[in-house]
Amino acid sequence: MSGIEEALGGDVTFARLLARNARTSPGRVALREKEFGIWQSFTWSEYQAHVRDFSLGLVALGLQRGDKVAIVGDNRPEWVWSEIAAQAAGAASVGIYQDSNLTEVAYVIDHCDASIVVAEDQEQVDKILEMLDQLPKVRHVIYTDPRGLRKYEHPALLSFEAVEEMGRLLAKDKPGLYDENVARGSADDVAIICYTSGTTGNPKGAMLSFRNLLSMALALDEVDPKHGDDEFVSFLPLAWIGEQMMSLSSALAKGFTVNFPEEPDTVTENIREIGPNVMFAPPRIWESLNSTVQVKIMDTTPFKRFMFERCMPIGRRVADLRFARKPVPLGLRLLYGAAHVLLFRALKDRLGMSHLRSASTGGAALGPDVFRFFHAMGVPLKQIYGQTEISGISCIHRDDDIAFHSVGKPIPGTEVKIADNGEILSRSPSVFLGYYKNDEATRTTLEDGWLHSGDAGYMSEEGHLVVIDRLKDVMKLADGTQFSPQFIENRLKFSPYVKEAVVVGKDRPYLTAMLCIDMGVVGKWAEKSKISYTTYTDLSAKAEVYDLVQRAVDEVNETLPAAARIHKFVLLYKELDADDEELTRTRKVRRVFVEDRYREVIAALYGEAPQVAIDTTIRFQDGKTSRIRTTLLVRRLELGKAA
Amino acid sequence: MALLEANGIFLSFRGVAALTDVSLSVGAGTIHAIVGPNGAGKTSLLNCISGVYRPQRGTIRFDGKDLTHVAPATRTGLGIARTFQNIALFHGMTVLDNLLIGRHVHQRTGVVTGALYYGPGQREEIAHREIVEDLIDFLEIQHIRKKVVGTLAYGLQKRVELARALALEPKLLLLDEPMAGMNAEEKEDMARFVVETNEERGTTIMMIEHDMGVVMELSNRVTVLNFGERIADGTPDEVKRDRLVQDAYLGVQHDLEVDG
Repeated sequence: MSGIEEALGGDVTFARLLARNARTSPGRVALREKEFGIWQSFTWSEYQAHVRDFSLGLVALGLQRGDKVAIVGDNRPEWVWSEIAAQAAGAASVGIYQDSNLTEVAYVIDHCDASIVVAEDQEQVDKILEMLDQLPKVRHVIYTDPRGLRKYEHPALLSFEAVEEMGRLLAKDKPGLYDENVARGSADDVAIICYTSGTTGNPKGAMLSFRNLLSMALALDEVDPKHGDDEFVSFLPLAWIGEQMMSLSSALAKGFTVNFPEEPDTVTENIREIGPNVMFAPPRIWESLNSTVQVKIMDTTPFKRFMFERCMPIGRRVADLRFARKPVPLGLRLLYGAAHVLLFRALKDRLGMSHLRSASTGGAALGPDVFRFFHAMGVPLKQIYGQTEISGISCIHRDDDIAFHSVGKPIPGTEVKIADNGEILSRSPSVFLGYYKNDEATRTTLEDGWLHSGDAGYMSEEGHLVVIDRLKDVMKLADGTQFSPQFIENRLKFSPYVKEAVVVGKDRPYLTAMLCIDMGVVGKWAEKSKISYTTYTDLSAKAEVYDLVQRAVDEVNETLPAAARIHKFVLLYKELDADDEELTRTRKVRRVFVEDRYREVIAALYGEAPQVAIDTTIRFQDGKTSRIRTTLLVRRLELGKAA
Repeated sequence: MALLEANGIFLSFRGVAALTDVSLSVGAGTIHAIVGPNGAGKTSLLNCISGVYRPQRGTIRFDGKDLTHVAPATRTGLGIARTFQNIALFHGMTVLDNLLIGRHVHQRTGVVTGALYYGPGQREEIAHREIVEDLIDFLEIQHIRKKVVGTLAYGLQKRVELARALALEPKLLLLDEPMAGMNAEEKEDMARFVVETNEERGTTIMMIEHDMGVVMELSNRVTVLNFGERIADGTPDEVKRDRLVQDAYLGVQHDLEVDG
């Protein structure tokens, strides 16, 4: 980051980058938010003004250097203003996932010692007010959307505008205060505390400095460049390191425009309107885009379906040749040109990907079919790998060097090695400062500057890092070879009909799986096949659906070594849900918890009974519960045939 | 202050009395519920207020004016809007267009100005669109703004209908079973919108509703009809304790408690 440091004369912080952008390009659009059906723009100088006012407002409320400000809400300009405002005043910002339930919100707010909470709307304010008696350290709750809050009369409640107004008043009194505050900041200050949604236990707060965040953004930029006139759509939780990396670190360093969608429901539409140049999303987003296209193709006119079925194989052949780094013969290139004109151009336009130059996926494995699908139509999707503790990213595919089983090569400045036990270790200037108030966890994660990922992996001959699974999840089969349940789960999830998969088999005689169907795709299929159904539970219990999923499981079984095949499976009566603590907020399966919760189902998978009776309650985000009573079928597979 | 006052309303269809001497007073800024068993005359009463029916006897005063002989379209102009038990939207049009039609009473420019578009016509269209967009935001229907109404789920159509009624910027909003046929979640959403309409926009609401839980929780005042007669009128608590109401709802067995 020396270049930027030189340009700014010393320490770089977000507030200073913002000031630089406001100085060099005051009138350029920095942020956009769709509101009332129109994209409303904020220039860099307006961005700076909001941050300055709000920052001084926080100071007026008594915010001290070293304090923490917690932020919870959907992606809105106020979210990023609040973050930089807190940092400008010398405090650290702590993002909270907006779909967290009461206890999760309270845990993070209390653990990080936040004195001020910025909450988007009534929904978030309600959560905090309800838990407020357990949050003695919280002094102020600031809301950005007054809707429904007019009749609230809580002494801790303040509106965002009121705080900005307090800031403007303070600025009249002490005109130089904001600049002084910013000048006191250092690149090694804690910028954010990022709570990682651990698959076990309570979340841990990773402290990241500006140096961590910006060195990562700039190193990534060297191999995957972004430009000042790029457009980016910010629709993933800002509490997540990946979104921080794009909407804050990269956007501030490179000066591109960040667009906030109107509502979570309008993201796809909004992406199409913006036509972003840069897009970063976890696999589930790419998978759902892929399955949306597949579903729409099932529904479309025979002519369009015919075109799709003719053009896609051409795209796939070209993609496969490129993956193998082989030249594409002229004839095929001509065919591809035709397919581009006839299909891919329109398809990319529909998905809002016409201008997409930098597309990446990270957080989990993405199926080869989905990967190939995007490459076939000319979207250069890349896999990235990293942890919150290394500011998000340590490895990425290079433009002409993509292999979908790997996560690419380390970014500049990052070293990656494999420990003797197979664990992936990494070291870079982006490695975090430690966990907040958890030295023990810091000591076990960080040894001599090497970050222990907890992931098992290896280096391929081409120098690519290949991730196998969580180290603790890798299990031994009867014949002694190591095997990864996640590997099988990912294979299963590559089927469009399977949304979630949990493979069980540790210390068991054989492997079994609990699967969740994808309601959208299976529902569509059921309609086509004239199978009537009412609810998710009902659809999951249909024998025809079992047959459908069994074909997918059989296909996966054929690719697996004999000992690692799935012997039995069930289709769960509900989707795994973060509200039920079955998934993390970033949608990773919490294996230990799930195995405990569904122990009756697992017992049935290893018993002889063809079905198991279920009587359980499910929990909603607002704390309400609902009871489910059903019978779950256990499907046994004929492994003789598959073998 | 009463926004709407009905006095001694009598309505009959070929000798069959639908409403007999019904009086009620709806306070400005309140949520007033009309309840009663099937055929009690609830919708008839609403129709008298909106002008679909003309009562044979009795008077209706709205905002200080005598409404009894005023045509339905004029009543809309005075600030009365309604939704229907069966959704009455333009099914082939988009949500946005349906809402813009709701702005019709506030349209000031004529056909010629509209055809020329630039100038006053354009300014007016932008102004109406702003109001409609504000409603879209208020009722959280951004994602269906450009969808054709006929393709939407029932619960959403109900919400669009409410939006269209609100596009009139009414002083009094008549809701005929806004939550009928909805699931628990949709009901909860709709209840929230009704309360917020009342609180945030200050609209007086008169609604027919069967779900007693909703009625008890939302309304400031409840009028109970049975066989075309008013049998009770008061706060939800008063009405709940009323013996006649318990008779009408539960038969003549008083050891049962009506709970919300």
